[in-house]
Amino acid sequence: MLSRVAACVYWMNRQIERAENVARAVETTLDLALEGTISPGRLWNALVCTFGDEADFWARHGLADQANVFTFLAFDQANPNSMASCLQAARENARTVRDMISTPMWEEINKAHLYVRAAAAGTAGIQGPREFLDEVKRASQLFTGVADATMSHGEAWHFARMGRLIERADKTSRVLDVEHYFRPAALRFAASAAGAPASGGEAAADVDAGGDAVQWSAVLESASALEMYRKEYGAVSRRNVAEFLVFARPFPRAMHFCLIKAEESLLAVTGGAKGAYSNSAEQRLGRLRSHLDYGAIDEILGGDGGLHGFIDGFQAQLNQASDAISETFFGLPAREKSS
Amino acid sequence: MDLQAYQTDGFHDELLDASLRPRPGAELLASRLAEASDGELAERQRAADKTLLTMGITFNVYGHEAGTEKIWPFDIVPRVIEATEWAGIERGLKQRIQALNLFIDDIYNERRIVADGVVPDWLVDSGKCFRGPCAGLKPPRGVWCHITGTDLVRGGDGVMYVLEDNLRTPSGVSYVLENREVMKRTFPQLFAGQRISPVENYPEKLLAMLEYIAPPQARDPNVVVLTPGIYNSAYFEHSFLARQMGVELVQGSDLVVQGDVVFMRTTRGLQRVDVIYRRIDDDFLDPLAFREDSLVGVPGLMRAYRAGNVALVNAPGTGIADDKAVYAYVPQIIRYYLGEDAIIPNVPTFVCGEPAQCDHVLSKLGEFVVKPANESGGYGIVLGPRATKEQLEECRARIRANPRNYIAQPMLSLSRVPTVVGDSLEGRHVDLRPFILYGEDIFVLPGGLTRVALVKGSLVVNSSQGGGSKDTWVVHEGRR
Repeated sequence: MLSRVAACVYWMNRQIERAENVARAVETTLDLALEGTISPGRLWNALVCTFGDEADFWARHGLADQANVFTFLAFDQANPNSMASCLQAARENARTVRDMISTPMWEEINKAHLYVRAAAAGTAGIQGPREFLDEVKRASQLFTGVADATMSHGEAWHFARMGRLIERADKTSRVLDVEHYFRPAALRFAASAAGAPASGGEAAADVDAGGDAVQWSAVLESASALEMYRKEYGAVSRRNVAEFLVFARPFPRAMHFCLIKAEESLLAVTGGAKGAYSNSAEQRLGRLRSHLDYGAIDEILGGDGGLHGFIDGFQAQLNQASDAISETFFGLPAREKSS
Repeated sequence: MDLQAYQTDGFHDELLDASLRPRPGAELLASRLAEASDGELAERQRAADKTLLTMGITFNVYGHEAGTEKIWPFDIVPRVIEATEWAGIERGLKQRIQALNLFIDDIYNERRIVADGVVPDWLVDSGKCFRGPCAGLKPPRGVWCHITGTDLVRGGDGVMYVLEDNLRTPSGVSYVLENREVMKRTFPQLFAGQRISPVENYPEKLLAMLEYIAPPQARDPNVVVLTPGIYNSAYFEHSFLARQMGVELVQGSDLVVQGDVVFMRTTRGLQRVDVIYRRIDDDFLDPLAFREDSLVGVPGLMRAYRAGNVALVNAPGTGIADDKAVYAYVPQIIRYYLGEDAIIPNVPTFVCGEPAQCDHVLSKLGEFVVKPANESGGYGIVLGPRATKEQLEECRARIRANPRNYIAQPMLSLSRVPTVVGDSLEGRHVDLRPFILYGEDIFVLPGGLTRVALVKGSLVVNSSQGGGSKDTWVVHEGRR
């Protein structure tokens, strides 16, 4: 298939998956705000930080409260990671590759775009934020389902799945890292300034130890993982949540699962085999996947950088893998088309 | 719905005659419309509008912010053409295309028609769409104008005329197919018991033509559609046709020419391209041959074409035959090459490049419709009887400055078709654009695109200026 088209399909799926993940995280934050165990200011600030857009947010807002953060993440056209921007960009990409995707796929993404546009204009007749978030999640899931059921599982579909799963792995890792952002800013600053070890490792967990069960349940909710987690572990603990979201091979939002399936799609495209590589995409994605194959949660938690350090490293390597996919197949300098 | 309350206002109506009796072929449609209950038409129209929005059937309007997509308005009352009348139109279109193809081939090669004095040389050589670099070219299978969309109008006298020839990159065929689809979804009852010529096989015919005109050495030709991109007004159609044919939709940046062969960049490396259905104007096709500043074109494409390694559809240079000044000579062109009279007449046309005709036009400017010879989309047209004094004087100055670039025609009283306004029907003016494919033989898609001026009294049917469209039925008499 055309390199340009492969790039559009890949990014379109990342954008749709991104919108869904943002919606879920906002929903969880709304829940936590009702619980009242963590101050709203810290909660909403943590949400902005989770997606790495804090500089952009503070450039335009003086206060991280529910109204400002919701608008920023839902409708803000100037925020490339808002749900409206993601779905707008996804639809633009879908138009560009209209000939490659099935008509039902196109109609789903078109409907989602029209809905979000109407919601932003206040003409969608929405009862409250939850209805909107539900609709965004549903649109993404419908799109994925329709794609699976109406598009040949050939090269384009594999690029789509790669995009979706790489985005999902990134977002799950960010949600898991949220404790880092719940910490008071001063401590967080000290942690990154000191290069982690002093206040890193298990020490980090103690900062907010009080809110543990609620907070870690919320993390699971954000990844739609609470029910599946319960079947596996029962009670909620930090260690087990981290293990589940990083290593649960059968759970479709766990980072390990995402990498295994993304690599399968990559190898389906190249015709390569696991365990060897013939281009940088295979090398980087394979290395990261095998890193998780042989990883253990207790080593991560007890390691030098602790959970946050591990996640930072994971995200950096995931970005490298995505860049390698761009260079190998799309013939583009890395991330030229990222939004 | 009481059709007896309908007003034809002295215009030729395509559905009903002056005494409100259905015209041949329209009996069943008229009786179904008469049976519609109160509120039903408005309801169906709303359903059709919603379907179009969901399907994302849009076009872009130039001059608006980039990427402004609009739904192209669609009216649910079809336009009917009875099958025997259609058969005559079809014959006329085939005749016209055959002659125009011979004309294009001639003027880029032997130029016999100029030597024989039938068409003046200044007319050809001063044409804005005449392409010097195409001289001496012989496209595969001798076909230049593979795809044509000829605009027809019916005057107050009930006669069908050719209004203009579109031989560059005519658009609209995707709407013919989508309109039929939307009609079936929203008003299926109208179809029952009728024999209506299908339009759904167009993409197959198109693909067969594109494969037929491939360079002879291409065994299993790789066909692509070349689009300027998603901001082009007809992008929807480009992607629609590529999808319907199952071929790649490419942009200029996807193609590369190496050793006079065209390739596309794929995830597995370069792949050879044999046939390009290009929806990019000649000017922008190849910055090395035409406009240097073209960003949407493919450097080296014309060399590859000249070397016979790739087929271009339509061939570069065909635009000379849709110059409106050349149009005035088409009846003579048909007679010259085929020895026949034109089956479908031209609208009487005055060519301002001919001094005597120009004087006549200038002396009665307020009675004419003045058109630039090389614009499309309805831009630059002045309707004399409806123009202000200032507009007429401005028009006069423009003609005097560049007479070659203008033609004048009498103001036509275009026929009308009942159109939904609220919950009732009112007459609105229409034209008709049939689509013609020239490959192994000449194929005319039954019906074509009916464009309708939705504004009361307006004669402007262009999508860019408030026009909409209708489904067009070629109806065979006798129940199914």
